Amino acid sequence: MKKLSARRRHPLAALVVLLFALAATGGLYAAFAPAGTAQADSSSQSLAIEEGKKLYAVGCSSCHGLNGQGGTDGPSLVGVGSAAVDFQVGTGRMPAQQPGAQVPAKKNIYSQAQIDQLAAYVASFGPGPVAPTKDQYDTAKGDVSAGGELFRTNCAQCHNFAGKGGALTHGKYAPALDNTSPKHIYEAMQTGPQNMPAFPDSVMPEKQKRDIVAFVRHTAEAPSPGGMDLGSLGPVTEGLFGWIFGLGALIAVAIWVAAHTSKAKKS
Amino acid sequence: MSAASGAASGGAKPSSSRAKPANKAEAAADWADGRLGIYSLAKSNLRKIFPDHWSFMLGEICLYTFIIIILTGVYLTLFFKPSMGEVVYHGSYMPLNGIRMSEAYASTLDISFDVRGGLLIRQIHHWAAILFVAAMLVHMMRVFFTGAFRKPREINWIFGAMLLILGMFDGFMGYSLPDDLLSGTGIRFMEGAVLAVPIVGTYLQMFLFGGQFPGDDIIPRLFTVHVLLIPGIMLGLLVAHLILVFYHKHTQFAGPGRTEKNVVGMPLMPVYMAKAGGFFFLVFGVTSVVSAIATVNPIWAYGPYRPDQVSTDAQPDWYMGFSEGLIRLMPGWEIRAWGHTLNLGVFIPLMIFPLVLVAIWVYPFIEAWVTGDKREHHIADRPRNAPVRTSFGAAWISLYLVLLVAGGNDLFATHFHMSINSITWTMRIAFFVVPVLTFIVTKRICMGLQRRDRDKVLHGRESGIIKRLPHGEFIEVHEPLSPAQLHKLTAHDQLRPVELPAAVDENGVKRKITRSQKLRAKLSRGYFGEEGQIAKPTAEEYREITSGHGHH
Amino acid sequence: MSHDMSEEKLPEHRGSEGHEVAVHDDPFADPGLPPHEVRRTDIDERAARRAERQVALLFTVSMLATIGFIASYVVFPIDQIVFIWPFGHVSSLNFALGTTLGAALFCIGAGAVHWARTLMSDVEVADERHPIEAPEDVRAKVISDFKAGAEESGFGRRKLLRNTLIGSMALVPLSGVVLLRDLGPLPGKKLEHTGWDAATPAKPIKLVSMNTDEPLKAEDVTVGSLVFAKPQGLSEASEGFQQAIAKDAVMLVRIAPEDIKDRPSREMGFDGILAFSKICTHVGCPISLYEQQTHHVLCPCHQSTFDLSDGARVIFGPAGHPLPQLKIKTDADGNLIATGDFNAPVGPSYWERA
Repeated sequence: MKKLSARRRHPLAALVVLLFALAATGGLYAAFAPAGTAQADSSSQSLAIEEGKKLYAVGCSSCHGLNGQGGTDGPSLVGVGSAAVDFQVGTGRMPAQQPGAQVPAKKNIYSQAQIDQLAAYVASFGPGPVAPTKDQYDTAKGDVSAGGELFRTNCAQCHNFAGKGGALTHGKYAPALDNTSPKHIYEAMQTGPQNMPAFPDSVMPEKQKRDIVAFVRHTAEAPSPGGMDLGSLGPVTEGLFGWIFGLGALIAVAIWVAAHTSKAKKS
Repeated sequence: MSAASGAASGGAKPSSSRAKPANKAEAAADWADGRLGIYSLAKSNLRKIFPDHWSFMLGEICLYTFIIIILTGVYLTLFFKPSMGEVVYHGSYMPLNGIRMSEAYASTLDISFDVRGGLLIRQIHHWAAILFVAAMLVHMMRVFFTGAFRKPREINWIFGAMLLILGMFDGFMGYSLPDDLLSGTGIRFMEGAVLAVPIVGTYLQMFLFGGQFPGDDIIPRLFTVHVLLIPGIMLGLLVAHLILVFYHKHTQFAGPGRTEKNVVGMPLMPVYMAKAGGFFFLVFGVTSVVSAIATVNPIWAYGPYRPDQVSTDAQPDWYMGFSEGLIRLMPGWEIRAWGHTLNLGVFIPLMIFPLVLVAIWVYPFIEAWVTGDKREHHIADRPRNAPVRTSFGAAWISLYLVLLVAGGNDLFATHFHMSINSITWTMRIAFFVVPVLTFIVTKRICMGLQRRDRDKVLHGRESGIIKRLPHGEFIEVHEPLSPAQLHKLTAHDQLRPVELPAAVDENGVKRKITRSQKLRAKLSRGYFGEEGQIAKPTAEEYREITSGHGHH
Repeated sequence: MSHDMSEEKLPEHRGSEGHEVAVHDDPFADPGLPPHEVRRTDIDERAARRAERQVALLFTVSMLATIGFIASYVVFPIDQIVFIWPFGHVSSLNFALGTTLGAALFCIGAGAVHWARTLMSDVEVADERHPIEAPEDVRAKVISDFKAGAEESGFGRRKLLRNTLIGSMALVPLSGVVLLRDLGPLPGKKLEHTGWDAATPAKPIKLVSMNTDEPLKAEDVTVGSLVFAKPQGLSEASEGFQQAIAKDAVMLVRIAPEDIKDRPSREMGFDGILAFSKICTHVGCPISLYEQQTHHVLCPCHQSTFDLSDGARVIFGPAGHPLPQLKIKTDADGNLIATGDFNAPVGPSYWERA
C-alpha cells in the first residue's frame, strides 16, 4: 500500500491509477470484510468505481477537482478513504451548498448504493480509513459504561454530556448526535470531518469506538426518569423552566390567593 | 393543663383573679399563658391586619420554598454520604456500571435509582432551591420598585439582602455536593477563583481543599457548611426578617382609606391563616408537580467528576449565572511583575460580582441621603412616581440580564446560529451601554406615565365614546374620575430639590460648602427637578379646569 | 446638618392634623374606606353551601391523592419507565409520587384559600400604626438609665480595666483562628510542579494513552488527530489519581511542522507532535475543544481560546497566559517520552507564580 501511495503522484494515465486502486480496494475489502458477508468480486468493484466516477464528475469535481486533487473550494480527497465519503455524503454534508463557518448536515440526496460507488471511486485515489462493517459499530456488542467513560474523556467537551452538541469558535459547532447513525458516528471518529479531530485506531482502537457508539446511541434513546429532560443542556434550560413555569405558576397562584372575590350584583 | 385543673380542684387558694376557664381548650391556653405570656403576645397579633396584594405574597414564596428545602434536605441527609472516598459502582444505573466514583456521587445515584421516592425528593429539593432564589430576587425587586425599603424598613432590607446572597451560595454548595462532572467543574472554578486572590490565594486554596485540588476534604466540608452553618444563619435571619415584618406592619398601596397611619386589609385570624397557610400547601404542591414532570440536575447523565474530563454547557445554576457572565466577558488580563502574577482575568470579575449586588443593596441609603427624608413610609410608591429609583432598578435588571445572556453565550450561539465570539463582544459592549440606555428609556416612560396620570386627574378618563359637537367637531368623551381614584393618583409626595445654603450666612461670614453638599444638591435636582418629576395637579388647577369645561 | 436644611422643604405630612380640616375643599381628599360590598356567598345560602361543598371536595381529593401516593409507592417498581405525553419516557414511580403528592398538597391549599375567599369575612379593616420611635420621655429615661449603669460600672473611669478587657476580648478569638491552621498544608512549591517533574533525561516517563493505557508511539499520533495522555504509572485505581490527573493531563496533537508558527514550541515537540497541558490557565477546566483545521482549542467553561500552532497563545477569552507545554521526544522503541516537567506551572495563575 505504501508503494501505491508513492506511485499515486506519478503523472501516469488515469487508467493505471485505476488498476492499482482497484487492486488496493479489493484487497482492503478482502482484509476488512468479515467472513460470511458477500465479498465484492473484482468485476463488480470496477463497475462500482466506474459508476462512482460518473457521480463524482457531476456532484463533487467542481470543488474537489476532477481527480480529487482539491481546489480553492474544496480540500484534496486523496487518502480520505471510503469512510469519509460515506460520512460526508451519507449525512448530506456533501455536496456542500454554500461556504460558511461550517458545512451543515442536510437531507442526503444519494442512495446508499450511489454513496458506495462514490466511496469506491474516492477510495481509489489513495488509501484511507475504510467505511466500517456492521459488526464494527454494532451497538449490541458495545460496552455502554466503558463507552461513557471514553465519551466523557474524548467527546463530551464538544458534543455535551448527552451528545446534544455545543458551540465552537466563530460560528462553528459540534453537532448534536441524537439522530446520527451508529455507522456515521463511527466514521466521524475515524476520519475527523471538518474541524473535528480524528481518533484513528492507533489512539482509539476499534473496540473503544464501538463502545462509544453504543453509549451515544444508548444516551440518545435513554429515558429521562425524572421527567422532561429540558434538552439535556444543563442548568441554563433548568433555570429558564424554573422561572417561566415554576415561578410563573406560583405567581399565578399568588394572584388568585390575593385577588378580591367577585362581588354579588346589587339586586 | 393538669396543673391548672389540679389547682382548681385542690381547694388551694387560687393565685390569680382570672375567671374560670369555660372549657378544656381555654384551660390549656390559660396554662400556657401562665408560663409563656401568650395572651399578651396574641393580643395585638391574632387579629393583625395584612393588606391583600399578590406582590405582597412573593416573600411568602421565599419562606415556603425555604421550608420545603429544609424538609426535603433533612430527608436527603439520611441517604447521602458526603465522602470523597472512591468506590467502583455496581448499582442499578447500568450505564455507569463498573465506573470509579466518589461515595458522594454513588450515594446520589442510589438516592435517584434505589431509594423509592428519592429521585422525587432530590428534584423537589433542587427545584425548590431554584424557585427560592428566584422568588427572593423578585421579592427584592418588588420591595425596591415600591420604595418599601424606606424608613423604618432599611434593616429588614439588609436582612433580605443577606438572605439572598447566603441562599445563592448555599445553592452553589448544594449542587456541588453530588460530585458529578458538572458540579466538579464548578468546584474547579471555585479553586481557580480562590487562587486568583492576591497574596493569600494559594494559602486559602490549600486550607479550603485540605491540600491540592481536589483532595479528599472539599465535599465533606461543603456538606457541613451547606446543611448546618449557612441554613442556621439563614434561619436566624429569616426569623428576624419576619419579626420585623410583623413589628413594622406591612406596607400598602395608596387608595381610599389607606393612609400612612393605618394598614387596611383582613385579619390574620382567620383569613390570613387560611390564605397564607393554604399558600404554603399550594407552593409545595406546585413544586411537587414540577418535580414530577421535569428533570433537574440529572447527575447520572453528567457522570462522576474527574479533573481531566469536562462537558460543554458547563454553567452554574441560574442564580450564579450572572457571575458566570462576568467571567466569560472578561478579557484575558494578567499582570506579571517582580516574580508575582495577578490574574485579573479572574480577579476583576471576582470583585465586580459582589459589587453588582452591593450596588442595589446600598441604593436605599443613597436615596435616603439625597432626599434627606427622615419620615416613616408605609404607603408603597407606584414605580412611576419615583422615576430615578425605578430607572436605576431597571438599569440594574438590564445589567443582570446582559450578564445572564453572557453566561449562556454558548447556548445562544448554538441555538441561534451565531458566533460565540460575536456574542461575547456584543455583550462586552452591552455591559456598559445597555444599563445606561435602559436608565434613560425607563425614566422617559415614567415621566410619560406621570403625565398621563396628571391628564387623567385633570381631564378624566378616556371613555372611548365619540361625540359630535353641534359645530361638527368630534370629541372623545372624558369621564371624570371618582374621588377615590382622584385621591389614589394624587396621594404621593413630591419633594422639591435640595438647595445649597447661601454662600454667605446671616452674619456675613463665608460659609464653607462641602463637595458632598454640592453633589447632594445636584443629585437632588436630578430626582426632583423638572427632569425628574411632573408636578402633580393641584386642587386649584383641578377646580379651574373642571369648572371651565363643565361636565361632558 | 446637611439633612436639616431640607426638613422644611418637605411637604406636609399626609394625614396630619390639618388634613381633616381641609377635606371639604380638597378635591383629592381621601374619601375613606369604601363601603363593604357583599359576595354571593354572604347573602345566598345556596351559594355558601356550594362553596362549602367545593372546599370539602378539595379536601377529599387531597385525601384520595395521599392514598394514591401510598399506593403508587407500593405498586410501581422503581425502575419502570412509561411514556407520558408530553413529558416523554419517564419513571412511573417518580411521576406518580410527584403528581399525587402535588395534588394532595395543592388541594389542601386550594381548599383553605377557597374557604377564606368565599366563606370567611372579607370586610376590610383598618389597623392603626403607631410610630416606632419612642416618645421623648422614654428616650430620656433610657439614656439616663444607661448613663447611670455605665457610671456605676466604672467602665469609663477605670481605664486600666477597660483597656485590659478590650485587649483580652480582642485576643481571645485568635485561638479559634489558630485552630484553623491544620485545615490544610502550606502551599510551598506544590503548585509549581506536576507528576512529570519526576522525569529526567536519564529516567524519562512514557506518555500513556488515556484511552488504551498503553504507551503512545510517535506514529500513533496522526496529523489532525487528538489524544489525551498521562504519565506512565498513573492509573485510575492508584491512590491520589484525581489529584495527580488534575495537573498531569496532557493533550497531544500533531500539526504539520511547517504549520507550527512558534519555533520554541515546535522544538519542544517531536516531528510536529505537540504535548500541551489539558488544564486551562484561566481557572483550570480541562480544555480540549480542539479544532483540527484551525489548530484552535477552546475552553468549554469560559471560551478562552488558544492557538496550538503558535505556542498555545491566548487568542480569545479570559485566560491570561499560554497553555504550558511538555517537551517530548521518542525513546529507542519509538515511544513518546518526557524528560522533565511542563515549561510553566499548570493550571490557573496564582500570586506566587513567577
